[in-house]
Amino acid sequence: MKPKGWKDLTPGAVVLEGGSACNFKTGSWRAFRPVWIEENCIQCMWCWLYCPDMAIKVKDGKRAEFNYDFCKGCGICALECPGKKGKKAIEMIEEGK
Amino acid sequence: MATLNLKELSKKEDLLTHGHRMCSGCGAPTVVKMVLLATEYPVIASNATGCLEVSTCISEYTAWKIPWIHTAFENAAATLSGVETMYRSLKKQGKIDKDIKFIAFGGDGGTYDIGFQSLSGAMERGHDMIYICYDNGAYMNTGIQRSSATPLGADTTTCPAGDVIPGKLRARKNLTKIMAAHNIPYAAQASPSHWMDLMKKVQKAHEIPGPKFINILSPCNRGWRSKTNDAITLSRLGVNSCYWPLYEIENGVTKITYTPKDKVPVADFMKPQGRFKHLFDPQNAELLKRVQDEVDAEWAKLQKEEKCG
Repeated sequence: MKPKGWKDLTPGAVVLEGGSACNFKTGSWRAFRPVWIEENCIQCMWCWLYCPDMAIKVKDGKRAEFNYDFCKGCGICALECPGKKGKKAIEMIEEGK
Repeated sequence: MATLNLKELSKKEDLLTHGHRMCSGCGAPTVVKMVLLATEYPVIASNATGCLEVSTCISEYTAWKIPWIHTAFENAAATLSGVETMYRSLKKQGKIDKDIKFIAFGGDGGTYDIGFQSLSGAMERGHDMIYICYDNGAYMNTGIQRSSATPLGADTTTCPAGDVIPGKLRARKNLTKIMAAHNIPYAAQASPSHWMDLMKKVQKAHEIPGPKFINILSPCNRGWRSKTNDAITLSRLGVNSCYWPLYEIENGVTKITYTPKDKVPVADFMKPQGRFKHLFDPQNAELLKRVQDEVDAEWAKLQKEEKCG
């Protein structure tokens, strides 16, 4: 993302809309990528709740895919995931592998 | 009060959005998210300078979808007092008919130390607001300097553990109790690992008129020298070791809201954290014992207070 020059900024750098951070992608911070294994998911929603980056998409009250544009790869979701019958529904894999 | 069902809550809009620049695995955004999820009213927030403030509103990007005021380090509570007073005035004049709630967020530096006078003042004047302190136990934003919330024995850049001193030599200040001593209607302590307890406390606080204070443990993997994925696990260990007991003080009556089934040694909480690494050296065994003794004494005192009502 290219930073804006002073001509493109609002006067006084005033922020004109709420939640504009949605336009700033933080996914490139990630060194490890969480992978969702749907068949082991019990839809407990803990990953969604504990995610500090609001990077888990939700559709009709159900967990959907990760939002890799914003996931920083901390791994909290994978650690807290209770999984199904001892099998985790989230695994961390190294980026680029 | 709506029931707290995660499936229903997940349908709500994110009021703190992604794209903020808190560190990977930080506890604070989760704390804020839980507080805002439990809030069913239109809400106005003020934010003391700190990690949360500087990382959620950088240049032209804000992660907040609620009216949010960046204040200086020392005056989050004072700023919000003014906003709340204006709201009451406008309401009296019939210019606002909405029921609006007010929340001030501050880190432990901005709450225990620098913002303490304005917080104390706002609580004493009885403004209708909740002050949320996300306590990560040091000035993490500026590079891990000790604060009065830093626990005994912790290594920080201004009380570095070495040959001469074994980290911080003083115990942390018990701010929740200090706030309760202001005779405010509600003061509580919560942890993101026990989300239901946390959200119930926020819901309850919103329904009580007057000043409220909630102190929430917020792990910081940079300052605690731990892994990026253990914010929730560490806060759970904090609760289960009674380092961070979950309780509320409502109109002077203490109630422990969660008693750990198996109280774990505080060493279990400290071991994964690099800031306590030196305490496990044989020459610091005495200090480690002192930490455990102080946690036990505080827990026993709390149980006694609960019994006395």
